[in-house]
Amino acid sequence: MILKGKVWQFGDNVDTDAIIPARYLNTSDPKELARHIMEDADKEFPDKVSSGDIIVAGNNFGCGSSREHAPIAIKAAGLQAVIAKSFARIFYRNSFNIGLPIFESEEAAEKISAGDEIEIDADRGVIKNITKGEEYTAKPIPPFMQELISVGGLIEWTKAKIKKQEIERLRS
Amino acid sequence: MNITEKILAAHLSDRQAGSGKKEVSAGELINARVDLVLANDITAPISITEFKKTGAKDVFDKNRIAFIPDHFAPQKDIKAAEQCKMLREFSREYGLGLYFEVGRMGVEHALLPEEGIVVPGDLVVGADSHTCTYGALGAFSTGVGSTDVAAAMATGECWFKVPESMKFIYYGKLNKWVSGKDLILHTIGDIGVDGALYRAMEFEGEVIRSLPMHSRLTMCNMAIEAGGKNGIIVPDEITEQYAKGRARREYTFYTSDEDAKYAEVKEYDCSSIPLTVSCPHLPSNTKPAAELSNVAIDQVVVGSCTNGRIEDMREAAEVIKGRKVNPNVRMIVIPATQKVYLQAVTEGLAEIFVNAEAVFSTPTCGPCLGGHMGVLAKGERAIATTNRNFVGRMGHPESEVYLSNPAVAAASAIKGRIATPEEVI
Repeated sequence: MILKGKVWQFGDNVDTDAIIPARYLNTSDPKELARHIMEDADKEFPDKVSSGDIIVAGNNFGCGSSREHAPIAIKAAGLQAVIAKSFARIFYRNSFNIGLPIFESEEAAEKISAGDEIEIDADRGVIKNITKGEEYTAKPIPPFMQELISVGGLIEWTKAKIKKQEIERLRS
Repeated sequence: MNITEKILAAHLSDRQAGSGKKEVSAGELINARVDLVLANDITAPISITEFKKTGAKDVFDKNRIAFIPDHFAPQKDIKAAEQCKMLREFSREYGLGLYFEVGRMGVEHALLPEEGIVVPGDLVVGADSHTCTYGALGAFSTGVGSTDVAAAMATGECWFKVPESMKFIYYGKLNKWVSGKDLILHTIGDIGVDGALYRAMEFEGEVIRSLPMHSRLTMCNMAIEAGGKNGIIVPDEITEQYAKGRARREYTFYTSDEDAKYAEVKEYDCSSIPLTVSCPHLPSNTKPAAELSNVAIDQVVVGSCTNGRIEDMREAAEVIKGRKVNPNVRMIVIPATQKVYLQAVTEGLAEIFVNAEAVFSTPTCGPCLGGHMGVLAKGERAIATTNRNFVGRMGHPESEVYLSNPAVAAASAIKGRIATPEEVI
């Protein structure tokens, strides 16, 4: 999978209240959530962001609440991926569970600038900076998480597991 | 193994346990059985939608799934009412035994331990980041997403990466009015909001051994604010006293082995930990309360899953008794559960708050996340016993939140600026 897009840059500790403020959590409609993406960090962001763009941030991206609305809003706003130095753990698992590609790379997060055009080879974990002519590597994704991605997220994975159990039950 | 590893190992999925696996170690990815799954009115709607996509004919156990409308409940607007309705209807359809309607509900992380629904040795996942609270009982509990909860509702299992553990040792004598809230704020101030990222935070030491359960719950509650996967305290006599008589299931005390592994050990001399306040806009931005006496405030909130228990109500009442809330301040007191509410009424605490001209509210998470019941306007500033002070957390993106314990919050309400209890008593 190759993900190519323009970069929006954020700093350390981007919290889930910044990604999607709690005042909008009286809905879980992805389109509605996307309309408020990152608005407390940058009021114009929901209008500026275009489909295919990529977020690059510092440490502890997605800290705070467990709200899945955060990765859902990012995905629904058309953002293709997030690269960060590190991710808060619930955001990390939520992203894999719902199929938002995320990559941990200290090097990429440090060297990429806002507006750069980048290309991520998701399978190889290689991030190419087309604007600067540089290449960075992302931390390898654990095999189980790769499996989650390949089947299309946790629900698909669970569906397959339930089906398998059902077949086993019928056999016995 | 340490306590976190032991609880995870004891809950390995049948498939893994069947293969003879009895131990786990940090970094491993495992599937484990869950004793309890919970979600609230914000997170459960997504869980319900996703659960229905799994093809599961039924939930794994109708008495092990707790749905608690607490964030925007009592329903603050039509959309919130629709979300609460989804929980209610799903609970009826599947016959869930742990659905808590308004009037029976409370802030989830105060309610479940209080009711003995979470017990020592449990493995709990909840679609709420403060699910880590139950570590105070010697349980492994952690916040996950709505989709995780959906999968756990269907299978009774969840995937985990076994975390590395960090040990935090507290010794010395606690200063007057200093409680679990100050210890955890001080700790987060020391290690930062990602200081325990992906890790278990195990609290111990002589101070913890004599720390009452409500303060332990407060400490474990905020493990997530340091990035922690879970907070945990090895159960002891205080745990036994708390669990006895309220636990609805049999429970198990797990301990950490003498040779258990820790990625890092931190020690704190509590005699040098002052009344502590987190300044905007990160919980790690801590300062001694005494150094913030020039910070004027517009609102005080006492409550939440962090500090909404009866002991917190008593602490705030002790400070404000016979005094008045400053004319420039709104004070909002929110007992975390119906039981706490009733007890506060019976003990005369509600009267103290109302006489002091504070609001005494029905249980809700409400203002903690800027939902309702005390949202801040542009430029307003609050001191709250809650857990987060991110930009816009309690309302307008240009409002500010300071975090403190209940005694400091109550003293500040009287003074109209951040104050310590000594200044008013």
